[in-house]
Amino acid sequence: MNTKSVLTTVFGASLLFAGLADAKMMNGEILAKEQVFTYRLLDDIKSFDPQINSSVQGSGLIRDMFEGLMNEDIQGGLIPGAATGYTLSDDKLTYTFTLRDAKWSNGDTVTANNFVYAWRRLVDPKTASEYAWYMELMGVKNAKKVVKGEVAPDQLGVRAVDDKTFEVILDNALPYFPSMTVHGSTFPVLQSVVEKHGEDWTKPGNMVGNGAYVLTEYRPGEKVVRERNPLYWDNENTIINKTIAVIINDENQALTRYLAGEVDKTDIPAGQYPRLSKKYPKQAYSYPRSCSYIYWFNIGEKGPKALKDVRVRKALSYAINREIVTDRILQGGQYQSYNFAHQKTAGFDLPEIDYAGWTQKQRDAKAVALLAEAGYGPNNPLALTLNYNTSDDHKKIAIAVSQFWKKTLGVKLTLANNEWKIHTTKQQSGDYEVSRYAWCGDYNEASTYLDLLTSYSGHNVSGYSSKEYDRLMAESKTMKDPSANYAKAEALLAEAMPFAPIYQYTGVVMLKENLRGWPVENLMQNWYSRALYMVEKK
Amino acid sequence: MLIFVLKRLAFAVPTILLLIVFSFLLMHLAPGGPFTSERALAPEILANLEAKYGLDQPLYKQILIYLKGVVLHFDFGPSFTYKDRSVNEILGQGFPITLTYGSIAFVFAVLSGVSLGILAAIYHNSFFDYLAVGISIGAQVLPNFVMAPILVLVFTLLLGWLPGGGWEYDDPKYIIMPVVALATSFMASIARITRSSMLEVMNSDFIRTARAKGLPMRHIILHHAFKPAMLPVVSYLGPTFVSMITGSVVIDMFFSTGGMGLYFVNAALNRDYSVMMGITILVGVLTIIFSLLVDILYAWIDPKIRY
Repeated sequence: MNTKSVLTTVFGASLLFAGLADAKMMNGEILAKEQVFTYRLLDDIKSFDPQINSSVQGSGLIRDMFEGLMNEDIQGGLIPGAATGYTLSDDKLTYTFTLRDAKWSNGDTVTANNFVYAWRRLVDPKTASEYAWYMELMGVKNAKKVVKGEVAPDQLGVRAVDDKTFEVILDNALPYFPSMTVHGSTFPVLQSVVEKHGEDWTKPGNMVGNGAYVLTEYRPGEKVVRERNPLYWDNENTIINKTIAVIINDENQALTRYLAGEVDKTDIPAGQYPRLSKKYPKQAYSYPRSCSYIYWFNIGEKGPKALKDVRVRKALSYAINREIVTDRILQGGQYQSYNFAHQKTAGFDLPEIDYAGWTQKQRDAKAVALLAEAGYGPNNPLALTLNYNTSDDHKKIAIAVSQFWKKTLGVKLTLANNEWKIHTTKQQSGDYEVSRYAWCGDYNEASTYLDLLTSYSGHNVSGYSSKEYDRLMAESKTMKDPSANYAKAEALLAEAMPFAPIYQYTGVVMLKENLRGWPVENLMQNWYSRALYMVEKK
Repeated sequence: MLIFVLKRLAFAVPTILLLIVFSFLLMHLAPGGPFTSERALAPEILANLEAKYGLDQPLYKQILIYLKGVVLHFDFGPSFTYKDRSVNEILGQGFPITLTYGSIAFVFAVLSGVSLGILAAIYHNSFFDYLAVGISIGAQVLPNFVMAPILVLVFTLLLGWLPGGGWEYDDPKYIIMPVVALATSFMASIARITRSSMLEVMNSDFIRTARAKGLPMRHIILHHAFKPAMLPVVSYLGPTFVSMITGSVVIDMFFSTGGMGLYFVNAALNRDYSVMMGITILVGVLTIIFSLLVDILYAWIDPKIRY
């Protein structure tokens, strides 16, 4: 070996090592050079303002541009966010959060006053936020009074003890209160920015956030672009540089563009999961999503006489063949449902519901018997109307249910399809007999579902009212482990059947093979761009 | 002629006012409102929202406040659905986009439709005639919500030549597919109207005289037959142009253009009163202007028409 070849080898080897050292790695995989994540949005964003936004799609953006007290990790567990931690007073009514050192995207320091301002803003009647009720749900002191205008917003139970200490006083103890601070409506905003720009403060260039990204471009109806915020406290660990949300209304069009490589994530159109999971096994996913699909029975004043008889309601619910709905119609891995709260909710043990364990034949037999007992049959057929809002899926399920009820019970079901606002108005004014409904959880705890059926819940459109149910739910707020009460509450619902549960949702999506970090195990689907990354395509 | 135009413009003002009042009333008749949502709002929250947007006032007051804003400040109010934006902003951003691809589609549809129709009429009952009629029926059976996904399937997924959506004013890549999808069915209707109108004119007495005089066909078509044949086409084109530049909801939906058409439909579904009113007024004003232009065009085409 002569000097020249030795030197060449050493030089070549050093280049090789330098190259390898340059290639960034994560979990043993080489990171892609371009860290851009593009995904599909169903609808245009209604608002970028954390206290004004009321849609799930907007919340994804807001979580990237602002940061609340707590965050969720990839499994949906609670981790520190803008706060490093909290302490709880002995009477369980006062939470004291310690804020970390962090900056806004304009260089200002994040202080407890930012949270005080934002939380007051949420309930201030002048803001007229559609999510003001969330603060009432959290049980913050005086929230309801502020919304009603009975006291001024500065009477809300929040206080900046000092720049780094944020104190919240609750009206009643709430064991899952910290997990509620993951929600966008509780995120801080900078008073100076909001007051300077007014309605325009959320435009790119004006908006200032404390999140991992800043809004750089917004083309209404077309796309939203957010890019890395170098001043974010954890910027070192952020890998994705740019996230682009593309608004594609039609899901089939979105799938075509996904396959053409224009987006990295899209929703799988109804019924296509079996085909796509066979053809693209590494890209098609189905995972639990916190929503529950039911048919309300109107047992209130305006409801039909027939539905006031619990035997009729049980018969109708038993006769629904849920397996056909989930496995033949939806085909997206959805869960058959015999209760209300999503069975994958954290800490929720699915209680034993009697009719869940029977075969469909047994359910049908019981249904026929019950209906006959109630006095309906071939000589006295039951006639009802089912309301549903315009959608192919709702229509298919409604047709299937009408067949189940006709074949098994001889029920004459009229299907009434209405546009969404009309459907909702009828439901809320009690102007219906049977009505399709879905409720999605606001936080990962069963009470987000079960509170709905209390007699004092504004969302309880069925007219169901049970003192025992109310008592169980009220007591559950103070129990260390409310599972027993939740199980009893679900049992009461199965006995009284104010609605027929049908299925519980899954998220059915296509994710590009080189995308990593998508929180498939997070029931609330609270995802953060800074937790994602792209690896080099093989 | 001038008096005619002035009279028409003078009439336009009360027409628009009536349009505003009627639309306002009709909108509020529809069940549900902008804040009807799955999460039934507590009465106090609904009250705050209605106070902020002035919906708690009696209807006649709301109309007056709205009119004052429009006439004095040219302010069409805030959007009830897109809470960060005003109607002026939404229209200011969406209308130019729809206007751009709508106008280009219109020109394309007119040029191709009229040529197709004229040639089909001239070569009546020939292979070309059948081909032209066949194409126009085929195009009519391919409405834009069928064309759009097919175009994207072919040109984005299979060939990879064009992006599947998005919008840039100066980049033809984004404009081609929306234009083609929008223009196709209009081109078909224009071709059919042109063809039958042309056929009728070609069979009329004065054309027969011209041919008897020995004039060349090209001269007859361009100097004698074209103008009268255009009359029915022009009356079709007036409202067609307005509808093409104000709202193709399907094009906006499928190509993510950010245009105005989708806002129009969504405003109705969301009960976004101010956006609905704003777009209705815009369409109303455009319709009045272009009907007037069509009538003026009539006078130019047909010397017998004098106002």
